[in-house]
Amino acid sequence: MESLGHSSHSDSQSFLWKYVFSTDHKVIGIQYTITSLLFLLFGFTLMMLLRWQLAYPGSPLPLGWLLGEGRMPGGVMLPEFYNELGAMHGTIMVFLGIVPLSVGGFGNYVLPLQIGAPDMAFPRLNMASYWVYFLGGVVMLVSFFLPGGAANSGWTSYPPLADIATTGQTAWLIGIILLATSSLFGAINFITTIIQLRAPGLSFMRLPFFVWAQFVTAFLLLLAFPPLEAAAFLQIMDRVAGTSFFLPTGLVVSGQVVDVAGGGSPVLWQHLFWFLAHPEVYVLILPALGITAEIIANNTRKPLWGYRALVYSALFIGFMSFVVWAHHMFLTGMGTAIAAFFQATTMIISIPSVVILTALFLSLWGASIRFTTPMLFCLAFLPMFGIGGLTGLPLGLATTDIYLHDTYYVIGHFHYIVAPGTIFALFAGIYYWFPKVTGRMMNERLGKIHFWTSLVFMNGVFFPMLIQGMAGVSRRLYDGGTSYLHAQDVLYLNVVMSISAWGLGLAQIPFIYNFFASIKKGVAVDRNPWRATTLEWLAPSPPPHGNFEALPTVYRAPYEYSVPGMEADFLPQHKPGPDRATEPVPKPTQEQPAET
Amino acid sequence: MSVESIPYTVEPRPDTGVNNVKVGIWLFLSSEVMLFGALFASYILLRHGAPTWPHGSEYLNIPLATVNTFVLIASSVTMVMAWASLMKRDTRQYRIYMGLTILAGLIFLGIKYVEYSEKFHHGLAPRTNTFLAIYFTMTGLHALHVFGGTVVNTYLLGPGMKLWERNQAQFTNRVENAGLFWHLVDLIWIFLFPILYLL
Repeated sequence: MESLGHSSHSDSQSFLWKYVFSTDHKVIGIQYTITSLLFLLFGFTLMMLLRWQLAYPGSPLPLGWLLGEGRMPGGVMLPEFYNELGAMHGTIMVFLGIVPLSVGGFGNYVLPLQIGAPDMAFPRLNMASYWVYFLGGVVMLVSFFLPGGAANSGWTSYPPLADIATTGQTAWLIGIILLATSSLFGAINFITTIIQLRAPGLSFMRLPFFVWAQFVTAFLLLLAFPPLEAAAFLQIMDRVAGTSFFLPTGLVVSGQVVDVAGGGSPVLWQHLFWFLAHPEVYVLILPALGITAEIIANNTRKPLWGYRALVYSALFIGFMSFVVWAHHMFLTGMGTAIAAFFQATTMIISIPSVVILTALFLSLWGASIRFTTPMLFCLAFLPMFGIGGLTGLPLGLATTDIYLHDTYYVIGHFHYIVAPGTIFALFAGIYYWFPKVTGRMMNERLGKIHFWTSLVFMNGVFFPMLIQGMAGVSRRLYDGGTSYLHAQDVLYLNVVMSISAWGLGLAQIPFIYNFFASIKKGVAVDRNPWRATTLEWLAPSPPPHGNFEALPTVYRAPYEYSVPGMEADFLPQHKPGPDRATEPVPKPTQEQPAET
Repeated sequence: MSVESIPYTVEPRPDTGVNNVKVGIWLFLSSEVMLFGALFASYILLRHGAPTWPHGSEYLNIPLATVNTFVLIASSVTMVMAWASLMKRDTRQYRIYMGLTILAGLIFLGIKYVEYSEKFHHGLAPRTNTFLAIYFTMTGLHALHVFGGTVVNTYLLGPGMKLWERNQAQFTNRVENAGLFWHLVDLIWIFLFPILYLL
């Protein structure tokens, strides 16, 4: 009764309530997607700016003076501004770009549809999650205009430096607390929705892998973010109330002993930070793996190879990701016994990652692959993520990490995971679900231009980093290594990387144009243009408030493609009929009626 | 027509045996455990690394905190009684017990205020040393939780009670979930009291 009254009311909703303060998971998903895409572009722009200084240290950037005397006097970048760009690039890309896009955007939009739910379990909490995220983003942006600029102590905000840094750092901490709160709201909502709102017949082992990925991700966000929140509280206390949680006794800054009580531990911050930030790595990658699994199954027209292995691996990754954090800290002087422990757990966690990647590769075996744009991005994702993962192994071993720590090798390693890895998967997801959101396809030709140029330039940016890093070039050098003898042989790569980065920027233009133009001019399609099996394709495109015309019932596993004896090469989850998994149907009898 | 209402907001889902809010509140509590868990871990690490660590009694008022401990434990009991009264559909009794719970929360915060101002009066601030820093941070964050819980309880005694007229089961669930939060806040204090005051 109440719901009927609600629906008649929702028709007359004003623009503000329908599109701005909406509680509909689809509107919130779109809000998250648009906002985080803008942040991705902004964070990328910071890096394109920074790469000028790295390629041509000390030379004025044309029109660079427009950014002001405090940042680029005469177009030459100040070291302080360089530090701001570095710290804020990392922060924005991770906390305001990729996570909100993969979880807030894709998770919000797709997950309730895939489990056959009318909305998230807590729609108002969902809205709060977006607006707290938005506020966190605003705080981060405004911090650029504080005296001393934005945070400039790296995205990891290591004390003691971060404790004594300019005001921007306090804004950074407040921003992080807001973003953590937003993630918390989202995580509670996602887990509850998956547990409680699955459609009848949709058992856990029938969930699409994307839902599993979001499920594990939500647990990581739920349990890993609060320690960072605690750490942020402690650092705020250090900066505002004058405590010494992270300041050791007798700290000397600029030749003077700092007037604090001391007795704190800078390493404590690193523990708290990485206790979040390592699970965060899997927050960045799991939804991407989920998207990839969906698209690979759809475009190979086969069930995923090893669905159960994928699910158990994702769960195992989720668990293990809480006990590997100190592999970021091999150089803090921890004992060899502890280093050995974290080294062992790190090697163990690589196993499920390899299982997932192998299962996805094997899914391609013997398939007649449809090379659609989303599939191209996913096919590139696999080897790119592979490079990212394999280059991580030497970093997980304490012996080799001592040499590679804080070099460009580290930067190359994790960018291979998140940039041509996760971001490619996110692009794939946008191309794949765009027709569900708008009812129209994105242009395939522009998509392929976007893909091939991005692929080339991505590698142009990140592969040289691995080479520079192995030559020993440190990751935070203002002059890109110009003043270091050991960097001279690999210095020319700075120009290669910068030009690739700017090329990568240009390569996004076809995407941006395609994205907006296709909303109005894309080819209109029916509700299941990819001939997919999962529930989101049962709903109209775009799905109305409440998503489905009638509550769907699920009869089988998520990826029943090319089932022998069926006339179509896909068997949707919602189509009544036997489930091959639990009640194997004898093939001959199944094939007979299909042939007649 | 499309499906509109979200299922299992009040009644439990048959196969999981719980309603949505119950799942949500437990997830929230688990994140709270991680939040305070990180602070407790920080406490251990800082204390372990310190050459000397003061005994709580050097700075803190143990009798007042003991009273506070009993006040908070008593409020957990009244909170359960408030919920039990609703199960018996006795709103008069509910009002009394909920009122007592709120009162206990306010007494706790009042005593905390007396303790804090006593410290500041003697020039003892978070910046004085690491012990006081962690004391103020942990009890401060805990006090914020007590305050938050009291606000929720006050709402459930005041304007929030209108829901009782429309949907008794849902209102009872709300009180139960507010109670779960309140018990966690209580539980955190039961850990805070010994490590800061007694050990």
